[in-house]
Amino acid sequence: MGIREQWIAYVTLVVKEVRRFTRIWLQTLLPPAITIALYFVIFGTLIGPRIGQMSGFNYMEFVVPGLIMLAVITNSFGNVVSSFFGNKFAGNIEEMLVSPMPNYIILLGFLTGGVARGLTVGVIVTLLSLFFTDLNIQHPLVTVSVVILTSILFSLAGLVNAIYAENFDDISIIPTFVLTPLTYLGGVFYSMSLLPEFWQGVSKLNPVLYMVNAFRYGFLGISDIEISWAFTMLTGFVVALFVFALYLLKTGKNLRA
Amino acid sequence: MSDNVPALHIRDLTKIYNNGFEALKGVSFDVLPGDFVALLGPNGAGKSTIIGILCSLVRKNSGQVEIFGNNIDSHFSRAKKDIGVVPQEFNFNQFEKVFDIVVTQAGYYGLPRKLSLFRAEKYLRELGLWDKRQDRARTLSGGMKRRLMIARALVHEPRLLILDEPTAGVDIELRRSLWEFLTEINDQGTTIILTTHYLEEAESLCRNIAIIDRGVIVQNTTTRDLLSQLNREVFILDTQEKLADFPTIEGYSGRVVDGYCIEIEVEKSQSLNELFVALSEQDIHVLSMRNKANRLEELFISMTQSTDDQRPSQ
Repeated sequence: MGIREQWIAYVTLVVKEVRRFTRIWLQTLLPPAITIALYFVIFGTLIGPRIGQMSGFNYMEFVVPGLIMLAVITNSFGNVVSSFFGNKFAGNIEEMLVSPMPNYIILLGFLTGGVARGLTVGVIVTLLSLFFTDLNIQHPLVTVSVVILTSILFSLAGLVNAIYAENFDDISIIPTFVLTPLTYLGGVFYSMSLLPEFWQGVSKLNPVLYMVNAFRYGFLGISDIEISWAFTMLTGFVVALFVFALYLLKTGKNLRA
Repeated sequence: MSDNVPALHIRDLTKIYNNGFEALKGVSFDVLPGDFVALLGPNGAGKSTIIGILCSLVRKNSGQVEIFGNNIDSHFSRAKKDIGVVPQEFNFNQFEKVFDIVVTQAGYYGLPRKLSLFRAEKYLRELGLWDKRQDRARTLSGGMKRRLMIARALVHEPRLLILDEPTAGVDIELRRSLWEFLTEINDQGTTIILTTHYLEEAESLCRNIAIIDRGVIVQNTTTRDLLSQLNREVFILDTQEKLADFPTIEGYSGRVVDGYCIEIEVEKSQSLNELFVALSEQDIHVLSMRNKANRLEELFISMTQSTDDQRPSQ
Protein backbone atom coordinates (compact mmCIF):
# COMPACT_ATOMS: atom_id res chain seq x y z
CA MET A 1 0.00 0.00 0.00
CA GLY A 2 1.34 3.38 -0.96
CA ILE A 3 1.43 6.32 1.43
CA ARG A 4 -1.70 7.89 -0.08
CA GLU A 5 -3.64 4.61 0.15
CA GLN A 6 -2.52 4.17 3.75
CA TRP A 7 -3.69 7.70 4.52
CA ILE A 8 -7.09 6.95 2.98
CA ALA A 9 -7.36 3.74 5.01
CA TYR A 10 -6.39 5.61 8.18
CA VAL A 11 -8.93 8.38 7.60
CA THR A 12 -11.60 5.77 6.82
CA LEU A 13 -10.99 4.01 10.11
CA VAL A 14 -10.90 7.26 12.09
CA VAL A 15 -14.14 8.50 10.50
CA LYS A 16 -15.76 5.15 11.31
CA GLU A 17 -14.61 5.34 14.92
CA VAL A 18 -15.71 8.95 15.39
CA ARG A 19 -19.03 8.22 13.70
CA ARG A 20 -19.52 5.33 16.12
CA PHE A 21 -19.16 7.31 19.33
CA THR A 22 -21.06 10.33 18.04
CA ARG A 23 -23.92 8.14 16.79
CA ILE A 24 -24.37 6.70 20.28
CA TRP A 25 -23.69 10.01 22.08
CA LEU A 26 -26.31 9.16 24.70
CA GLN A 27 -24.02 6.34 25.82
CA THR A 28 -20.65 7.92 25.15
CA LEU A 29 -20.74 11.70 25.62
CA LEU A 30 -23.68 12.45 27.90
CA PRO A 31 -22.99 10.08 30.83
CA PRO A 32 -19.46 11.37 31.57
CA ALA A 33 -20.75 14.94 31.35
CA ILE A 34 -23.47 14.20 33.90
CA THR A 35 -21.15 12.24 36.19
CA ILE A 36 -18.48 14.93 36.25
CA ALA A 37 -21.12 17.67 36.66
CA LEU A 38 -22.32 15.80 39.76
CA TYR A 39 -18.73 15.72 41.06
CA PHE A 40 -18.56 19.47 40.52
CA VAL A 41 -21.81 20.01 42.41
CA ILE A 42 -21.03 17.65 45.31
CA PHE A 43 -17.29 18.08 45.81
CA GLY A 44 -16.99 21.59 44.51
CA THR A 45 -20.11 23.39 45.62
CA LEU A 46 -21.52 21.38 48.55
CA ILE A 47 -18.49 19.80 50.26
CA GLY A 48 -15.73 21.97 48.81
CA PRO A 49 -16.34 25.11 50.92
CA ARG A 50 -16.12 23.01 54.11
CA ILE A 51 -12.77 21.56 53.01
CA GLY A 52 -11.30 25.00 52.47
CA GLN A 53 -7.99 25.59 50.69
CA MET A 54 -5.95 22.82 49.03
CA SER A 55 -2.38 23.70 48.05
CA GLY A 56 -3.33 27.37 48.15
CA PHE A 57 -6.45 27.11 45.96
CA ASN A 58 -10.08 26.72 46.82
CA TYR A 59 -11.18 23.09 46.54
CA MET A 60 -13.22 23.60 43.37
CA GLU A 61 -10.24 25.08 41.52
CA PHE A 62 -8.03 22.27 42.83
CA VAL A 63 -10.35 19.42 41.88
CA VAL A 64 -11.32 20.57 38.35
CA PRO A 65 -8.10 19.50 36.53
CA GLY A 66 -8.23 16.08 38.21
CA LEU A 67 -11.85 15.56 37.24
CA ILE A 68 -11.17 16.56 33.65
CA MET A 69 -8.32 14.06 33.61
CA LEU A 70 -10.55 11.38 35.16
CA ALA A 71 -13.05 11.85 32.31
CA VAL A 72 -10.32 11.79 29.65
CA ILE A 73 -8.73 8.62 31.04
CA THR A 74 -11.94 6.61 31.38
CA ASN A 75 -13.33 7.68 28.01
CA SER A 76 -10.15 7.16 26.01
CA PHE A 77 -9.79 3.68 27.48
CA GLY A 78 -13.49 2.88 27.26
CA ASN A 79 -13.81 3.93 23.65
CA VAL A 80 -11.05 1.72 22.31
CA VAL A 81 -11.73 -1.28 24.50
CA SER A 82 -15.43 -1.36 23.64
CA SER A 83 -15.02 -0.57 19.95
CA PHE A 84 -12.17 -2.98 19.28
CA PHE A 85 -13.70 -5.78 21.34
CA GLY A 86 -17.09 -5.12 19.73
CA ASN A 87 -15.48 -5.48 16.31
CA LYS A 88 -13.73 -8.64 17.42
CA PHE A 89 -16.85 -10.13 19.00
CA ALA A 90 -19.06 -9.43 15.97
CA GLY A 91 -16.37 -10.61 13.58
CA ASN A 92 -16.13 -7.37 11.62
CA ILE A 93 -12.53 -6.89 12.70
CA GLU A 94 -11.99 -9.31 9.80
CA GLU A 95 -12.92 -6.49 7.41
CA MET A 96 -9.70 -4.79 8.49
CA LEU A 97 -7.57 -7.90 8.85
CA VAL A 98 -8.25 -9.16 5.31
CA SER A 99 -7.53 -5.74 3.81
CA PRO A 100 -4.00 -4.66 2.85
CA MET A 101 -3.99 -2.10 5.69
CA PRO A 102 -0.75 -2.43 7.67
CA ASN A 103 -1.10 -3.21 11.37
CA TYR A 104 0.17 0.20 12.42
CA ILE A 105 -2.64 1.89 10.47
CA ILE A 106 -5.20 -0.25 12.31
CA LEU A 107 -3.49 0.67 15.57
CA LEU A 108 -3.34 4.39 14.73
CA GLY A 109 -6.97 4.38 13.58
CA PHE A 110 -8.33 3.00 16.84
CA LEU A 111 -5.89 5.13 18.81
CA THR A 112 -7.09 8.30 17.11
CA GLY A 113 -10.70 7.30 17.75
CA GLY A 114 -9.95 6.90 21.45
CA VAL A 115 -8.11 10.20 21.63
CA ALA A 116 -10.94 11.93 19.75
CA ARG A 117 -13.50 10.73 22.29
CA GLY A 118 -11.23 11.39 25.27
CA LEU A 119 -10.59 14.95 24.14
CA THR A 120 -14.22 15.57 23.16
CA VAL A 121 -15.35 14.54 26.63
CA GLY A 122 -12.46 16.59 28.11
CA VAL A 123 -13.67 19.69 26.30
CA ILE A 124 -17.30 19.09 27.35
CA VAL A 125 -16.28 18.66 30.99
CA THR A 126 -14.02 21.72 30.85
CA LEU A 127 -16.89 23.82 29.49
CA LEU A 128 -19.17 22.47 32.24
CA SER A 129 -16.61 23.40 34.88
CA LEU A 130 -16.90 27.03 33.80
CA PHE A 131 -20.35 27.06 35.41
CA PHE A 132 -18.70 26.34 38.76
CA THR A 133 -15.35 28.14 38.72
CA ASP A 134 -13.07 30.36 36.67
CA LEU A 135 -10.29 28.61 34.82
CA ASN A 136 -6.93 30.24 34.26
CA ILE A 137 -4.54 28.01 32.40
CA GLN A 138 -1.03 28.80 33.59
CA HIS A 139 0.89 26.62 31.13
CA PRO A 140 -1.25 25.89 28.04
CA LEU A 141 1.42 23.85 26.27
CA VAL A 142 1.89 21.57 29.28
CA THR A 143 -1.89 21.22 29.69
CA VAL A 144 -2.49 20.27 26.06
CA SER A 145 0.49 17.94 25.74
CA VAL A 146 -0.28 16.11 28.99
CA VAL A 147 -3.92 15.56 28.12
CA ILE A 148 -3.05 14.29 24.64
CA LEU A 149 -0.30 11.97 25.90
CA THR A 150 -2.60 10.63 28.63
CA SER A 151 -5.38 10.05 26.14
CA ILE A 152 -2.98 8.20 23.82
CA LEU A 153 -1.67 6.10 26.68
CA PHE A 154 -5.10 4.95 27.84
CA SER A 155 -6.34 4.39 24.31
CA LEU A 156 -3.39 2.04 23.82
CA ALA A 157 -4.15 0.35 27.12
CA GLY A 158 -7.75 -0.09 25.97
CA LEU A 159 -6.58 -1.72 22.75
CA VAL A 160 -4.32 -4.17 24.59
CA ASN A 161 -7.16 -5.02 26.96
CA ALA A 162 -9.51 -5.58 24.01
CA ILE A 163 -7.04 -7.86 22.23
CA TYR A 164 -6.67 -10.06 25.30
CA ALA A 165 -10.38 -9.98 26.19
CA GLU A 166 -12.32 -13.09 25.33
CA ASN A 167 -15.70 -12.03 26.70
CA PHE A 168 -17.48 -8.92 27.92
CA ASP A 169 -16.41 -9.55 31.53
CA ASP A 170 -12.80 -9.19 30.45
CA ILE A 171 -13.33 -5.66 29.21
CA SER A 172 -14.82 -4.48 32.49
CA ILE A 173 -12.26 -6.05 34.84
CA ILE A 174 -9.42 -3.62 34.08
CA PRO A 175 -11.54 -0.44 34.29
CA THR A 176 -13.18 -1.60 37.53
CA PHE A 177 -10.30 -3.15 39.40
CA VAL A 178 -7.30 -1.29 38.02
CA LEU A 179 -8.20 1.95 36.30
CA THR A 180 -10.71 3.34 38.79
CA PRO A 181 -8.60 2.70 41.93
CA LEU A 182 -5.47 4.09 40.28
CA THR A 183 -7.34 7.20 39.14
CA TYR A 184 -9.13 7.84 42.45
CA LEU A 185 -5.88 7.30 44.35
CA GLY A 186 -3.94 9.35 41.81
CA GLY A 187 -4.48 12.69 43.48
CA VAL A 188 -7.68 13.70 41.69
CA PHE A 189 -9.38 14.75 44.94
CA TYR A 190 -6.44 15.50 47.22
CA SER A 191 -2.87 16.67 47.35
CA MET A 192 -0.29 13.98 47.96
CA SER A 193 1.22 16.20 50.65
CA LEU A 194 -1.78 15.33 52.88
CA LEU A 195 -0.70 11.69 53.03
CA PRO A 196 1.70 10.18 55.58
CA GLU A 197 5.22 9.77 54.24
CA PHE A 198 4.85 6.00 53.67
CA TRP A 199 1.70 6.41 51.55
CA GLN A 200 3.34 9.25 49.65
CA GLY A 201 6.01 6.75 48.63
CA VAL A 202 3.39 4.19 47.65
CA SER A 203 1.48 6.81 45.66
CA LYS A 204 4.59 7.55 43.62
CA LEU A 205 4.26 4.06 42.16
CA ASN A 206 0.92 5.08 40.66
CA PRO A 207 1.44 6.39 37.09
CA VAL A 208 -1.89 8.22 37.11
CA LEU A 209 -0.56 10.47 39.90
CA TYR A 210 2.00 11.90 37.47
CA MET A 211 -0.58 12.58 34.79
CA VAL A 212 -3.03 14.27 37.14
CA ASN A 213 -0.33 16.37 38.74
CA ALA A 214 1.21 17.39 35.45
CA PHE A 215 -2.21 18.38 34.16
CA ARG A 216 -2.94 20.31 37.35
CA TYR A 217 0.40 22.04 36.95
CA GLY A 218 -0.70 23.17 33.50
CA PHE A 219 -3.86 24.71 34.98
CA LEU A 220 -2.78 25.98 38.38
CA GLY A 221 1.03 26.00 38.25
CA ILE A 222 1.30 23.62 41.24
CA SER A 223 2.35 19.97 41.38
CA ASP A 224 3.32 17.34 43.95
CA ILE A 225 5.85 15.83 41.54
CA GLU A 226 8.55 16.87 39.10
CA ILE A 227 6.92 17.78 35.75
CA SER A 228 9.83 16.60 33.62
CA TRP A 229 9.61 13.19 35.31
CA ALA A 230 5.89 13.08 34.52
CA PHE A 231 6.60 13.70 30.84
CA THR A 232 9.35 11.11 30.80
CA MET A 233 7.06 8.50 32.34
CA LEU A 234 4.17 9.32 30.05
CA THR A 235 6.32 9.18 26.92
CA GLY A 236 7.97 5.96 28.08
CA PHE A 237 4.63 4.25 28.75
CA VAL A 238 3.22 5.44 25.42
CA VAL A 239 6.18 4.08 23.45
CA ALA A 240 6.19 0.79 25.36
CA LEU A 241 2.45 0.22 24.94
CA PHE A 242 2.52 1.25 21.28
CA VAL A 243 5.25 -1.29 20.53
CA PHE A 244 3.47 -3.97 22.56
CA ALA A 245 0.09 -3.35 20.87
CA LEU A 246 1.76 -3.46 17.47
CA TYR A 247 3.43 -6.72 18.41
CA LEU A 248 0.07 -8.20 19.42
CA LEU A 249 -1.50 -7.15 16.12
CA LYS A 250 1.46 -8.51 14.16
CA THR A 251 1.36 -11.88 15.88
CA GLY A 252 -2.42 -11.96 15.60
CA LYS A 253 -2.93 -12.69 19.28
CA ASN A 254 -6.60 -13.68 19.73
CA LEU A 255 -7.31 -12.30 16.25
CA ARG A 256 -5.94 -14.85 13.82
CA ALA A 257 -6.24 -18.62 14.31
CA MET B 1 2.66 -9.71 -14.72
CA SER B 2 2.80 -12.62 -17.13
CA ASP B 3 -0.41 -14.41 -18.08
CA ASN B 4 1.33 -17.66 -17.17
CA VAL B 5 1.40 -16.73 -13.51
CA PRO B 6 -1.31 -18.67 -11.69
CA ALA B 7 -4.02 -16.76 -9.91
CA LEU B 8 -3.36 -18.97 -6.92
CA HIS B 9 -0.31 -21.10 -6.28
CA ILE B 10 -0.28 -23.25 -3.14
CA ARG B 11 2.57 -25.59 -2.25
CA ASP B 12 2.92 -27.95 0.73
CA LEU B 13 0.54 -25.97 2.90
CA THR B 14 0.21 -27.25 6.44
CA LYS B 15 -1.78 -26.06 9.41
CA ILE B 16 -1.95 -27.48 12.89
CA TYR B 17 -4.28 -25.62 15.26
CA ASN B 18 -3.36 -24.95 18.87
CA ASN B 19 -5.54 -27.84 20.02
CA GLY B 20 -3.37 -30.19 17.94
CA PHE B 21 -5.86 -30.67 15.11
CA GLU B 22 -4.00 -31.10 11.83
CA ALA B 23 -6.25 -29.28 9.38
CA LEU B 24 -3.95 -29.27 6.34
CA LYS B 25 -1.35 -31.93 5.57
CA GLY B 26 0.73 -30.54 2.74
CA VAL B 27 -1.88 -29.17 0.36
CA SER B 28 -0.70 -28.18 -3.12
CA PHE B 29 -2.71 -26.90 -6.05
CA ASP B 30 -2.84 -24.13 -8.63
CA VAL B 31 -5.71 -22.08 -9.98
CA LEU B 32 -5.28 -20.48 -13.38
CA PRO B 33 -6.35 -16.90 -14.09
CA GLY B 34 -9.98 -16.67 -15.18
CA ASP B 35 -10.83 -20.10 -13.82
CA PHE B 36 -13.95 -20.97 -11.86
CA VAL B 37 -13.02 -23.59 -9.30
CA ALA B 38 -15.02 -25.44 -6.69
CA LEU B 39 -13.27 -26.52 -3.53
CA LEU B 40 -15.32 -29.34 -2.13
CA GLY B 41 -15.01 -31.41 0.98
CA PRO B 42 -16.95 -32.64 3.96
CA ASN B 43 -17.22 -30.52 7.11
CA GLY B 44 -13.84 -30.17 8.78
CA ALA B 45 -11.95 -31.21 5.63
CA GLY B 46 -9.84 -28.03 5.56
CA LYS B 47 -11.70 -25.80 3.06
CA SER B 48 -12.21 -22.88 5.41
CA THR B 49 -8.66 -23.24 6.74
CA ILE B 50 -7.30 -22.79 3.22
CA ILE B 51 -9.50 -19.72 2.70
CA GLY B 52 -8.50 -18.38 6.11
CA ILE B 53 -4.81 -18.68 5.19
CA LEU B 54 -5.35 -16.99 1.83
CA CYS B 55 -6.95 -13.96 3.46
CA SER B 56 -4.55 -14.01 6.45
CA LEU B 57 -7.12 -14.83 9.13
CA VAL B 58 -5.38 -18.13 9.76
CA ARG B 59 -1.62 -18.50 10.22
CA LYS B 60 -0.10 -21.36 8.28
CA ASN B 61 2.55 -23.57 9.83
CA SER B 62 4.48 -24.10 6.63
CA GLY B 63 4.14 -23.95 2.89
CA GLN B 64 4.01 -21.32 0.24
CA VAL B 65 1.07 -19.29 -1.07
CA GLU B 66 1.20 -16.87 -3.99
CA ILE B 67 -1.64 -14.76 -5.33
CA PHE B 68 -0.93 -13.73 -8.93
CA GLY B 69 2.77 -14.24 -8.21
CA ASN B 70 2.78 -12.24 -4.95
CA ASN B 71 3.84 -14.23 -1.93
CA ILE B 72 1.43 -13.67 0.97
CA ASP B 73 4.33 -13.47 3.43
CA SER B 74 6.72 -11.16 1.63
CA HIS B 75 4.25 -9.11 -0.48
CA PHE B 76 1.14 -9.33 1.67
CA SER B 77 -0.18 -5.91 0.66
CA ARG B 78 -0.09 -6.62 -3.08
CA ALA B 79 -1.42 -10.13 -2.54
CA LYS B 80 -4.33 -8.92 -0.42
CA LYS B 81 -5.33 -6.28 -2.96
CA ASP B 82 -5.97 -9.06 -5.45
CA ILE B 83 -8.27 -11.04 -3.16
CA GLY B 84 -11.91 -10.50 -2.29
CA VAL B 85 -13.39 -12.77 0.34
CA VAL B 86 -17.01 -13.64 1.04
CA PRO B 87 -16.94 -15.54 4.33
CA GLN B 88 -19.46 -18.07 5.50
CA GLU B 89 -20.65 -16.04 8.50
CA PHE B 90 -22.05 -12.52 8.33
CA ASN B 91 -19.18 -10.44 9.66
CA PHE B 92 -20.21 -6.86 9.00
CA ASN B 93 -21.38 -4.37 11.59
CA GLN B 94 -25.11 -5.01 11.81
CA PHE B 95 -25.75 -1.47 13.03
CA GLU B 96 -24.11 0.24 10.06
CA LYS B 97 -25.94 1.31 6.95
CA VAL B 98 -25.56 -0.89 3.88
CA PHE B 99 -23.90 1.85 1.82
CA ASP B 100 -21.48 2.76 4.62
CA ILE B 101 -20.35 -0.86 5.00
CA VAL B 102 -19.33 -1.07 1.35
CA VAL B 103 -17.76 2.40 1.19
CA THR B 104 -15.81 1.80 4.40
CA GLN B 105 -14.41 -1.45 3.04
CA ALA B 106 -13.28 0.40 -0.09
CA GLY B 107 -11.52 2.88 2.17
CA TYR B 108 -9.62 0.08 3.91
CA TYR B 109 -8.21 -0.81 0.49
CA GLY B 110 -7.12 2.78 -0.04
CA LEU B 111 -9.64 3.64 -2.73
CA PRO B 112 -10.25 7.39 -3.09
CA ARG B 113 -13.63 8.55 -1.79
CA LYS B 114 -15.08 9.35 -5.21
CA LEU B 115 -14.16 5.94 -6.60
CA SER B 116 -15.45 4.22 -3.46
CA LEU B 117 -18.85 5.89 -3.84
CA PHE B 118 -18.99 4.98 -7.53
CA ARG B 119 -18.04 1.34 -6.93
CA ALA B 120 -20.41 0.99 -3.97
CA GLU B 121 -23.30 2.21 -6.10
CA LYS B 122 -22.26 -0.04 -9.00
CA TYR B 123 -22.16 -3.25 -6.98
CA LEU B 124 -25.15 -2.48 -4.79
CA ARG B 125 -27.18 -1.87 -7.95
CA GLU B 126 -25.87 -5.04 -9.62
CA LEU B 127 -26.76 -7.09 -6.57
CA GLY B 128 -30.18 -5.51 -6.15
CA LEU B 129 -29.43 -3.70 -2.90
CA TRP B 130 -29.42 -0.08 -4.06
CA ASP B 131 -32.91 0.57 -2.67
CA LYS B 132 -31.71 -0.70 0.71
CA ARG B 133 -28.54 1.41 0.82
CA GLN B 134 -29.70 3.60 3.71
CA ASP B 135 -31.05 0.68 5.76
CA ARG B 136 -29.15 -0.71 8.71
CA ALA B 137 -27.63 -4.08 7.83
CA ARG B 138 -29.47 -5.86 10.63
CA THR B 139 -32.82 -5.13 8.93
CA LEU B 140 -31.86 -7.05 5.76
CA SER B 141 -33.04 -10.56 5.01
CA GLY B 142 -30.55 -13.43 5.00
CA GLY B 143 -30.26 -13.38 1.22
CA MET B 144 -29.71 -9.63 1.16
CA LYS B 145 -27.00 -9.92 3.80
CA ARG B 146 -25.30 -12.54 1.65
CA ARG B 147 -25.43 -10.20 -1.35
CA LEU B 148 -24.12 -7.34 0.77
CA MET B 149 -21.07 -9.44 1.61
CA ILE B 150 -20.49 -10.09 -2.09
CA ALA B 151 -20.78 -6.35 -2.88
CA ARG B 152 -18.32 -5.61 -0.08
CA ALA B 153 -15.86 -8.21 -1.36
CA LEU B 154 -16.03 -6.82 -4.89
CA VAL B 155 -15.75 -3.12 -4.13
CA HIS B 156 -11.98 -3.07 -4.65
CA GLU B 157 -12.43 -5.19 -7.79
CA PRO B 158 -10.19 -8.12 -6.85
CA ARG B 159 -8.81 -10.41 -9.53
CA LEU B 160 -9.46 -13.43 -7.32
CA LEU B 161 -12.82 -13.80 -5.58
CA ILE B 162 -13.17 -16.45 -2.89
CA LEU B 163 -16.64 -17.42 -1.72
CA ASP B 164 -17.14 -19.68 1.26
CA GLU B 165 -20.56 -21.27 0.82
CA PRO B 166 -22.13 -18.17 -0.74
CA THR B 167 -25.55 -19.72 -1.28
CA ALA B 168 -25.94 -21.44 2.08
CA GLY B 169 -29.40 -20.78 3.39
CA VAL B 170 -30.66 -18.74 0.45
CA ASP B 171 -33.78 -19.62 -1.51
CA ILE B 172 -33.64 -21.24 -4.94
CA GLU B 173 -34.55 -18.09 -6.85
CA LEU B 174 -31.82 -16.07 -5.21
CA ARG B 175 -29.36 -18.91 -5.60
CA ARG B 176 -29.99 -18.93 -9.35
CA SER B 177 -29.58 -15.15 -9.58
CA LEU B 178 -26.31 -15.36 -7.64
CA TRP B 179 -25.11 -18.06 -10.05
CA GLU B 180 -25.86 -15.78 -12.97
CA PHE B 181 -24.04 -12.91 -11.30
CA LEU B 182 -20.97 -15.04 -10.52
CA THR B 183 -20.89 -16.43 -14.05
CA GLU B 184 -21.04 -12.89 -15.39
CA ILE B 185 -18.12 -11.59 -13.33
CA ASN B 186 -16.15 -14.74 -14.16
CA ASP B 187 -16.80 -14.09 -17.85
CA GLN B 188 -15.41 -10.60 -17.28
CA GLY B 189 -12.14 -12.11 -16.09
CA THR B 190 -12.44 -12.53 -12.33
CA THR B 191 -11.03 -15.82 -11.11
CA ILE B 192 -13.45 -17.46 -8.69
CA ILE B 193 -12.92 -20.12 -6.03
CA LEU B 194 -16.02 -21.33 -4.32
CA THR B 195 -16.77 -23.79 -1.59
CA THR B 196 -20.22 -25.23 -1.43
CA HIS B 197 -22.24 -28.09 -0.09
CA TYR B 198 -24.58 -27.89 -3.07
CA LEU B 199 -22.79 -30.15 -5.51
CA GLU B 200 -25.26 -29.22 -8.21
CA GLU B 201 -23.88 -25.69 -7.82
CA ALA B 202 -20.31 -26.84 -8.36
CA GLU B 203 -21.33 -28.96 -11.36
CA SER B 204 -23.25 -26.11 -12.97
CA LEU B 205 -20.79 -23.29 -12.35
CA CYS B 206 -17.27 -24.59 -12.11
CA ARG B 207 -14.87 -25.68 -14.82
CA ASN B 208 -12.52 -27.31 -12.31
CA ILE B 209 -13.09 -29.10 -9.06
CA ALA B 210 -10.72 -29.83 -6.19
CA ILE B 211 -11.87 -32.21 -3.50
CA ILE B 212 -10.22 -32.01 -0.11
CA ASP B 213 -10.70 -34.52 2.65
CA ARG B 214 -8.98 -34.56 6.04
CA GLY B 215 -6.48 -31.96 4.98
CA VAL B 216 -5.44 -33.68 1.76
CA ILE B 217 -6.44 -32.87 -1.83
CA VAL B 218 -7.89 -36.16 -3.06
CA GLN B 219 -8.93 -34.94 -6.51
CA ASN B 220 -8.10 -31.89 -8.60
CA THR B 221 -9.31 -31.98 -12.17
CA THR B 222 -11.84 -30.56 -14.61
CA THR B 223 -15.51 -31.05 -13.87
CA ARG B 224 -15.87 -32.99 -17.13
CA ASP B 225 -13.04 -35.40 -16.31
CA LEU B 226 -14.36 -35.89 -12.84
CA LEU B 227 -17.83 -36.74 -14.06
CA SER B 228 -16.40 -39.14 -16.63
CA GLN B 229 -15.10 -41.20 -13.71
CA LEU B 230 -18.66 -41.95 -12.75
CA ASN B 231 -19.17 -45.67 -13.52
CA ARG B 232 -22.71 -46.11 -12.33
CA GLU B 233 -25.78 -43.95 -12.18
CA VAL B 234 -29.09 -44.63 -10.53
CA PHE B 235 -32.20 -43.44 -12.38
CA ILE B 236 -35.73 -43.15 -11.12
CA LEU B 237 -38.43 -43.92 -13.69
CA ASP B 238 -42.08 -42.99 -13.32
CA THR B 239 -44.25 -45.54 -15.12
CA GLN B 240 -47.77 -45.44 -16.49
CA GLU B 241 -48.54 -48.93 -15.25
CA LYS B 242 -48.59 -50.06 -11.69
CA LEU B 243 -45.80 -52.58 -11.07
CA ALA B 244 -45.85 -55.19 -8.35
CA ASP B 245 -42.27 -56.43 -8.93
CA PHE B 246 -39.16 -55.11 -10.58
CA PRO B 247 -39.23 -56.27 -14.24
CA THR B 248 -36.62 -58.79 -15.24
CA ILE B 249 -34.20 -57.08 -17.63
CA GLU B 250 -30.93 -58.81 -18.35
CA GLY B 251 -27.91 -56.89 -17.07
CA TYR B 252 -29.93 -54.31 -15.14
CA SER B 253 -30.84 -54.36 -11.50
CA GLY B 254 -33.14 -52.22 -9.43
CA ARG B 255 -36.18 -52.13 -7.21
CA VAL B 256 -39.73 -50.89 -7.09
CA VAL B 257 -39.98 -47.74 -5.02
CA ASP B 258 -43.76 -47.69 -5.10
CA GLY B 259 -46.26 -49.02 -7.61
CA TYR B 260 -45.61 -46.36 -10.25
CA CYS B 261 -41.95 -45.70 -9.63
CA ILE B 262 -38.86 -47.87 -10.12
CA GLU B 263 -35.18 -47.34 -9.41
CA ILE B 264 -32.67 -48.73 -11.94
CA GLU B 265 -28.87 -48.92 -11.74
CA VAL B 266 -27.15 -48.27 -15.07
CA GLU B 267 -23.46 -48.97 -15.61
CA LYS B 268 -21.41 -46.57 -17.74
CA SER B 269 -21.05 -49.30 -20.40
CA GLN B 270 -24.78 -49.94 -20.58
CA SER B 271 -27.15 -48.30 -23.02
CA LEU B 272 -30.28 -46.43 -22.00
CA ASN B 273 -31.83 -47.28 -25.37
CA GLU B 274 -31.58 -51.00 -24.63
CA LEU B 275 -33.20 -50.41 -21.29
CA PHE B 276 -36.17 -48.59 -22.85
CA VAL B 277 -36.56 -51.25 -25.52
CA ALA B 278 -36.64 -53.94 -22.85
CA LEU B 279 -39.21 -52.02 -20.84
CA SER B 280 -41.39 -51.47 -23.93
CA GLU B 281 -41.29 -55.18 -24.73
CA GLN B 282 -42.81 -55.77 -21.30
CA ASP B 283 -45.49 -53.11 -21.98
CA ILE B 284 -44.04 -50.78 -19.42
CA HIS B 285 -44.37 -47.15 -20.50
CA VAL B 286 -42.01 -44.64 -18.92
CA LEU B 287 -43.53 -41.20 -18.26
CA SER B 288 -40.45 -39.46 -16.88
CA MET B 289 -36.91 -40.17 -15.78
CA ARG B 290 -34.46 -38.44 -13.47
CA ASN B 291 -31.14 -39.06 -11.68
CA LYS B 292 -31.65 -40.34 -8.17
CA ALA B 293 -28.78 -38.19 -6.87
CA ASN B 294 -26.67 -35.44 -8.34
CA ARG B 295 -23.94 -37.11 -10.36
CA LEU B 296 -21.19 -35.18 -8.66
CA GLU B 297 -22.65 -36.04 -5.29
CA GLU B 298 -22.22 -39.73 -5.98
CA LEU B 299 -18.58 -39.24 -6.96
CA PHE B 300 -17.95 -36.99 -4.00
CA ILE B 301 -19.31 -39.54 -1.57
CA SER B 302 -17.34 -42.38 -3.14
CA MET B 303 -14.10 -40.37 -3.06
CA THR B 304 -14.39 -39.15 0.48
CA GLN B 305 -15.50 -42.62 1.61
CA SER B 306 -12.47 -44.19 -0.06
CA THR B 307 -10.15 -41.90 1.89
CA ASP B 308 -11.92 -43.07 5.03
CA ASP B 309 -11.08 -46.62 4.07
CA GLN B 310 -7.46 -45.77 3.34
CA ARG B 311 -6.89 -44.10 6.70
CA PRO B 312 -8.58 -46.25 9.30
CA SER B 313 -6.08 -45.34 11.98
CA GLN B 314 -7.21 -41.69 12.15
